[in-house]
Amino acid sequence: MSALLDVRGLRKSFGTTEILRGIDFSVAARELVFIIGPSGSGKSTMLRCCNRLEEPTAGQVVVDGVDLMAPGTDINAMRRQIGMVFQAFNLYPHMTALGNVTLALRKVLGKSREEAEAIGLAALDRVGLKEKAPSYPSELSGGQQQRVAIARALALEPKIMLFDEPTSALDPELVGAVLGVMRDLKAAGMTMVVVSHEMRFARDAADRIVFMADGEILEQGTPAEIFGNPQHPRTRDFVGELSR
Amino acid sequence: MTGLERFQDAFLKPELIARYWPDILSGIAVTLEIAVAVVITGLALGLALAVIRSYRSRLANAPIIVFVDMFRALPPLVAILIVYFGLPNLGINISGFAVLWLVLSLVLAAFAEEIFWSGIVSVRKGQWEAARSTGLSHWQTMTSVILPQAIRICVPPLTNRTIAVTKNTALGTVIGVGEIMNQGTSAMSLSGNATPLMMAAVAYVVIFVPVVALGSWIERRFAWKRA
Repeated sequence: MSALLDVRGLRKSFGTTEILRGIDFSVAARELVFIIGPSGSGKSTMLRCCNRLEEPTAGQVVVDGVDLMAPGTDINAMRRQIGMVFQAFNLYPHMTALGNVTLALRKVLGKSREEAEAIGLAALDRVGLKEKAPSYPSELSGGQQQRVAIARALALEPKIMLFDEPTSALDPELVGAVLGVMRDLKAAGMTMVVVSHEMRFARDAADRIVFMADGEILEQGTPAEIFGNPQHPRTRDFVGELSR
Repeated sequence: MTGLERFQDAFLKPELIARYWPDILSGIAVTLEIAVAVVITGLALGLALAVIRSYRSRLANAPIIVFVDMFRALPPLVAILIVYFGLPNLGINISGFAVLWLVLSLVLAAFAEEIFWSGIVSVRKGQWEAARSTGLSHWQTMTSVILPQAIRICVPPLTNRTIAVTKNTALGTVIGVGEIMNQGTSAMSLSGNATPLMMAAVAYVVIFVPVVALGSWIERRFAWKRA
């Protein structure tokens, strides 16, 4: 099994506070890995280190064989292969949905407007929002904004996608459509790492669950193992708390 | 003589208006020339400094902050006199027009840098992260994502500051630049009457009211709803 994402000895400190205390984990191609754990456990920080939005203090992050921490690595070139979806969507408010999706295609990949728009419309179509192409973010619901944000990452044909609590800012009735898009991506073979509290989704869509607490990975396994027969006492507490 | 006639005689004497309006008009031309030049170079330099500052290099930021604080603190008149009377001693001879343009550009740049900078830092961090995560460079993120949002926030304070600084073109009168104020005061000395100054006052209003209107037009132009 060749790993698409390989994280070794990852450490991150803010000042004297150590957020990540040596994380080792890897994700195989086409795998959907869910990262769960109590808040403050370092899940988001770990995810953000995977494209160096957060600068690791120590350790190695290898994506598709390229060491992101190596001095010669073109981080911008690597980042476009690593899609990221944020809790707060972070759409550009001054651009239409299509403008959001096509910006990097034009600026980073140097595509013509026509070519970028064709790719952009196809990406919006994949998230079911082709007809919203001319709409501005303020005219879209939270769920629609998040799907546009997914299309923005998707348009660059990333090798792997990172989801940082993609549904936490959404009203409950809007969550379903976003999870539906993620399900479709999974079916299409996308490799995904998801930090989320959507445990039902984790249970039936994830290939593997990683449980983190206090900046460390305490346990990982299939959903059946983690939810059905957790080994570590902290995992047991966390899972027990959820099912109550 | 009625009160109204006495007032007209002191401030709005028709024959003086007729005699001096060509002078005031040539002053308007000079003021406009300097004002436009100051706005262009001042805002461009201010924006450039704010963008350089966004790279957060200590080496570049220290001199920028010193420059900005100095020119915000210094009364423009002091800078104008120092440059105008100081540079010839170094063997550099530049016209009063050039001195006025240079000093006011630097003053406007200093204030504009602070305004642009506050606009840049007020754009939410998530905008940077989203753009950088798609592979955009710092520069591409700045020009395509951050500045379009920052500048919209900056337009009202920038308009105010631009008007305030360009009005200082009137300081050109102390170094013999033939702008509106210079024409007005010399006509006043010659005629012994305040009418030319009133004409100068009207000229400033005529010039700067459209600038205010332009500012609010730009504000509307850059408006979009927040997400």
